[in-house]
Amino acid sequence: MNSPRRNARRIVRDIAHARAGDKGNTSNVNVWAYEPKDFELLKRTLTAERIKRTFPHLIRGQVTRYELPHLCGLNFVMQDALEGGVNASLNLDSHGKSFSYLLLGLELDEQDADRS
Amino acid sequence: MSTFRIGTGAGFSSDRLEPAVDLVERGELDAIVFECLGERTVAFGHRDRMADPKRGYNSLLERRMRALLPACRKAGTTMITNMGAANPRAAAERTLAIARELGLKGLKVACIEGDDVSALVPPDQPFMDEPGTLADIDMPIVGMNAYLGADAIMPALDAGADVIIGGRLADPSLFLAPIAHRFGWDATDMARMGAGTLVGHLLECGMQVTGGYFADPGVKDVANLAQCGYPIAEVQSDGSAVITKLAGTGGCVSTQTVKEQLLYEVHDPAHYLTPDVTADFSRVEIAAAGDNRVKVSNASGTTRPATLKVTVGFDGGFQGEAGVSYAGPAAQERGQLAADIVRERMSRLHGNKSELRVDLIGVSSLFATAGVRATEAQDVRLHVALRSRAKEDAELMLWEVESLLCCGPAGGGGYRGAIAPCVMTKSVLIPRERVKPTMTMVVA
Repeated sequence: MNSPRRNARRIVRDIAHARAGDKGNTSNVNVWAYEPKDFELLKRTLTAERIKRTFPHLIRGQVTRYELPHLCGLNFVMQDALEGGVNASLNLDSHGKSFSYLLLGLELDEQDADRS
Repeated sequence: MSTFRIGTGAGFSSDRLEPAVDLVERGELDAIVFECLGERTVAFGHRDRMADPKRGYNSLLERRMRALLPACRKAGTTMITNMGAANPRAAAERTLAIARELGLKGLKVACIEGDDVSALVPPDQPFMDEPGTLADIDMPIVGMNAYLGADAIMPALDAGADVIIGGRLADPSLFLAPIAHRFGWDATDMARMGAGTLVGHLLECGMQVTGGYFADPGVKDVANLAQCGYPIAEVQSDGSAVITKLAGTGGCVSTQTVKEQLLYEVHDPAHYLTPDVTADFSRVEIAAAGDNRVKVSNASGTTRPATLKVTVGFDGGFQGEAGVSYAGPAAQERGQLAADIVRERMSRLHGNKSELRVDLIGVSSLFATAGVRATEAQDVRLHVALRSRAKEDAELMLWEVESLLCCGPAGGGGYRGAIAPCVMTKSVLIPRERVKPTMTMVVA
């Protein structure tokens, strides 16, 4: 686990920061590229389809992506994704506060041009 | 007069106290907001009120008022809060008694009611955001509260209240009301309602915009987070504002902290519904404006919704949680064996029908349903949770987990178990014209 990451694939956390919130049984995670040059890579990596496909048991409903290009930000709204919501889920984190790190832990969809 | 200074003294029910006192003493604020109510807290408030008609308000109200009423009076700062939770009247009476005890003669305390709509919602009302109706839930209803907007707060501001206490006042409305009141904004000026709502939205979670819920060592370092300061907004009459904090406090205000809070609990950024406006945050500009100062502008809005959201709370029975830990070689295997034993005994021996969840903390818990597992942990904790209408079911589960100490895998230790009452909530809508907020004022 402590091996150098020189040859490791980069993850979303290497280029972006994020915050998770909840309303009822819907989770939203906003994600922001630190640098404008990485926004295209972020958009290519985090598509609504990929998120829905990667966590099929967690996200039971629709995933919608909203874009704020002038702030290099994306907002993901994931319906039926909180195992019932804050008052119904038996998950230790019933708010899904940790979901930001679920997305930040995904590998970047990098092409050679992205590695500068 | 040209700048309105408003701050946050609490962003949730259990938020810190001493930075709020510091903010009032040094912040030269026109108003300070204590936002203390969530979907869970209002439902728990109803349970408290059923047990004792004098309770049902925020349990920290007494301590907050004792520390802050004298400071607010000295600074000339108006206090606005939803700490009344399920019992604003009792909260206002308690506040009045504290004010008299502290010798704050003439202090004007306003109480806003009318958010309790339990007599107005039909028993088969459909849910707001999922299939089904209230009649489908097989649990006793404990309370129904409509989200009241800035218009419910205005009469108290018009009457010169020093302290305004309500129940389910919507979070951003607690801020929008005093801003709109100071600048004389018309409630139909949706661009300004949207701008004031943005200020409220950024401030309503307290330190979440000044470095809290943000730090990630190595990539997002925050100085002196242990002494984090609450936020201040310096609002202009056009609705733009600078978000900042007191000099000498910990934390940070940066374009990054403001961005993360901009879309916190927001779905479509162009259509954020509140009782006051359909706010549009999609074109908001965020710009650094000095040390721990960030300027926000260009929020807008369109017509407010015709309906108000109502949180319906149900008595959800009891939730039991219990755990035992395993460390060293093969800790995961021993923890997994313990999990299998609990599942088998709860099902075969006790015929458990209640919802049961078994996690292995260190390997797979928060991300268990997402399918993400750590594989090399050597320090793991079995965590078992069960919810039931019958307290006995939870007690039985705790007994089973504790019995692992002698009857389970080798080297298990550190048993803890607890049972807590549970609430469940759902959301419905109500036509706004059916909800009639009221304001009463008492003077110390």
